[in-house]
Amino acid sequence: MASITFREVEGSSLKYWMLFGVLGLFVLFGALAWNHMHHYGHVVTGMDNQIVWGLPHVFAVFLIVAASGALNVASIASVFNKPMYKPLAPLSAILALALMLGGLLVLVLDLGRSDRLIVAMTHFNFKSMFTWNVFLYSGFFGLVGAYLWTMLDRNVKPYSKTAGTAAFIWRLILTTGTGSLFGFLIARELYGTAMLAPMFIIMSFAYGLAIYLMVLAAAYSWTGRTLGDAVMMRLKSLLAVFVAAVLYFVVVHHMTNLYFTKYHAVEAFILRDGGIFTTLFWVGQILIGCVAPLVILLSSLGKQRTWIMIACVLIVLGGIAQMYVTIIGAQAFPLDMFPGLKETSSFFDGEVHSYAPSVPEFFLGLGGVAIALLVTTFAVKLLRLLPASLDDATVAKLEH
Amino acid sequence: MSEHDTKSEKEPNSPERRRFIGAATAAAGLAIAPGVMLYEVAHGRPEEQAASSAVRWGMLVDATQCATGCDDCVSACSTENGWTPVAESRHPKQAPQWIRKLELQDPLTQMETNLPMMCQHCADAPCVDVCPTGASFKRADGIVLVNRHTCIGCRYCMMACPYKARSLVHESLNDTQLADVPRGMGCVEACTLCVQKIDRGDGNTACAEACTAAGHNALLFGDMNDPESEISKRLRELPTKQVRADLNLNLGVRYHGI
Amino acid sequence: MTGKLKRLLALGAVVLTTATLAWAGSDTQPKASGAPKPVITKSVKAEQCVEDTAYMRRNHMKVLDGHRDKTVIEGIRTKKHSLKECINCHASEKTGSVAAAKDDFCVSCHSYAAVKIDCFECHSTKPKGSMAMHPLNAETAHLKHALAVNADVKVSAEEMAKVAQ
Repeated sequence: MASITFREVEGSSLKYWMLFGVLGLFVLFGALAWNHMHHYGHVVTGMDNQIVWGLPHVFAVFLIVAASGALNVASIASVFNKPMYKPLAPLSAILALALMLGGLLVLVLDLGRSDRLIVAMTHFNFKSMFTWNVFLYSGFFGLVGAYLWTMLDRNVKPYSKTAGTAAFIWRLILTTGTGSLFGFLIARELYGTAMLAPMFIIMSFAYGLAIYLMVLAAAYSWTGRTLGDAVMMRLKSLLAVFVAAVLYFVVVHHMTNLYFTKYHAVEAFILRDGGIFTTLFWVGQILIGCVAPLVILLSSLGKQRTWIMIACVLIVLGGIAQMYVTIIGAQAFPLDMFPGLKETSSFFDGEVHSYAPSVPEFFLGLGGVAIALLVTTFAVKLLRLLPASLDDATVAKLEH
Repeated sequence: MSEHDTKSEKEPNSPERRRFIGAATAAAGLAIAPGVMLYEVAHGRPEEQAASSAVRWGMLVDATQCATGCDDCVSACSTENGWTPVAESRHPKQAPQWIRKLELQDPLTQMETNLPMMCQHCADAPCVDVCPTGASFKRADGIVLVNRHTCIGCRYCMMACPYKARSLVHESLNDTQLADVPRGMGCVEACTLCVQKIDRGDGNTACAEACTAAGHNALLFGDMNDPESEISKRLRELPTKQVRADLNLNLGVRYHGI
Repeated sequence: MTGKLKRLLALGAVVLTTATLAWAGSDTQPKASGAPKPVITKSVKAEQCVEDTAYMRRNHMKVLDGHRDKTVIEGIRTKKHSLKECINCHASEKTGSVAAAKDDFCVSCHSYAAVKIDCFECHSTKPKGSMAMHPLNAETAHLKHALAVNADVKVSAEEMAKVAQ
């Protein structure tokens, strides 16, 4: 097997520092947004006692799900022994860590008492999925960190497969945990199903890989390194499989609900009468997030790199739309405490709840994305994560 | 020994055992010191004594007596606990509501029902299950509370509650809290069954007092574990329902006439 | 939308400026003479605190922490170590509060020691029944009822005497 040279990104160009500066600016905006929300309370957000989790959760859960998915490329390399993916693994691991960091920051900074993070680290209720997630997230950092170490340090290289396998299993459990955050809720009709765990896993595959492909292509194009078609074509086919699987799970989920009369109202809300949520579901999640990328990736368009990138952007946008529908759409539909009766009250019972995200929420969410990208940008300068070249000839040698 | 017997011995909270304890306590009380015992049951416990699981506080809501347009229970709650009534709040959508009047109508028969809705003080509360820090907890005497010292404001309990009973305090309260009822920005809160009144020995909640004062008598508060309590007696006679009984949460609030 | 954004940007500018000024000012103002010494007003209502004064100065937070868990979780509401009783005794005569003005009992020391007090994020800083001191606005108007209710039933002659002092 031929060896691959990994090299740091030089990162001294104006372009690099501009990218760094722009991302830094968004991190600053995110920090200011948090400060604003923390000082005045959630009254400055669009959230209320009906929509209790808003846009920050959409971003946070998306980033956390994408984080575990971004680790896939590394997992394929070590767990499934595909040598072609080996040079791609370090970036995959660092991107996973960075996205997880961004997602978690948004999640904890949106807490009503974000100053009490230490309480969340010292008081545990083990029946809570949230508590489980606290451990799953910490373990993720530990295991993926160790895995990254085995990839970068020759002395511990023999442990790479073990670490990779552990990280892979852990990330599957982690996404199960993320999906179960919603799956273990009895109150809301769109939740409370084991479907959410595997569905979140397959979604993480798609979102994580889409982000990974964009970061990979950007890194190679902006540093002038060669990224051959062999890598791109292989990964884009994989991406198509993942997106198709996401579509499959979404269809099964809704078809099952449609068979149960008690879910007809909530399904009608999401699929037909929900206004913004219906639009986001059909146009965002299904059309932009699944159908369009599938058409691009499976047709001859998928041979052009620009179109692959467009497909990736669409998958990410569709993913955010999916999270919006999953998290906010489910809350917008009123709780049915008295089935068959019309409810009215001063607390908005029995009516569809509206939600308009505020500017601070939006910037807090973007801040998480910016942190993730900033960490990645800085890491590729600091560490030898990227192969000096990924041209077809180099990659072809790996396969033998 | 039959399987059933084994089960009732293993589970300290089984209804049989509760009934037995209740009956035994009542019997002992009557035999030894009737006056003292009855006083204790009705007027709470000494202040240095912890809340006991021998008691289960609960409420009976008689929806047939609940008057249309009357919200005395709601204002009494807001007064007792210091939360701003929604009509006076600058941010009605974000204002906390510990108790609210719910109007129900059957679209087919046009029959209307009125009832107050608040925390149902589930024995198996979903909010307690999901709380990551254990801040959402059930006190020994069945009251579901939020420990604001450990609440981090994650709102997972609000996602989990099937009754929409909980509210987040969205803005600063500027030191308008009552001395007996701490509440604060960023923490979740809900009906406490007037825990400060119970611990004081009032033996009643503000909403039930107000309902009685208004002459409706739609709310009856008491110890559901004590077979001799007014609420237990009424619960034995009246057909009652639990809201979302399908979830099997064993509620502390029972409704008649729904 | 743009209004909020502008406010956000303005906020950023303010934060940066303040930080810069604070940093620049730190050289010119030596800390030792700059920080005002805490004002510890002795409670007028009792001769001696529930524990030794020196002990309380060091350990009041532990005492309060232990008691708060007992109160909230078990429902034990003994008076001795309760925050409410601290407030009853130590509320300043001027503001009726332990944390409203910078000379008030809790704030005075805590700002000197630069330790954030979390208690009053949720707890009232004033003794029970002192609601009359609140300026009534739309948000607090309903508390008038509370005052009436409390005055009616709850306040014993002894308590009234305490408040009057």
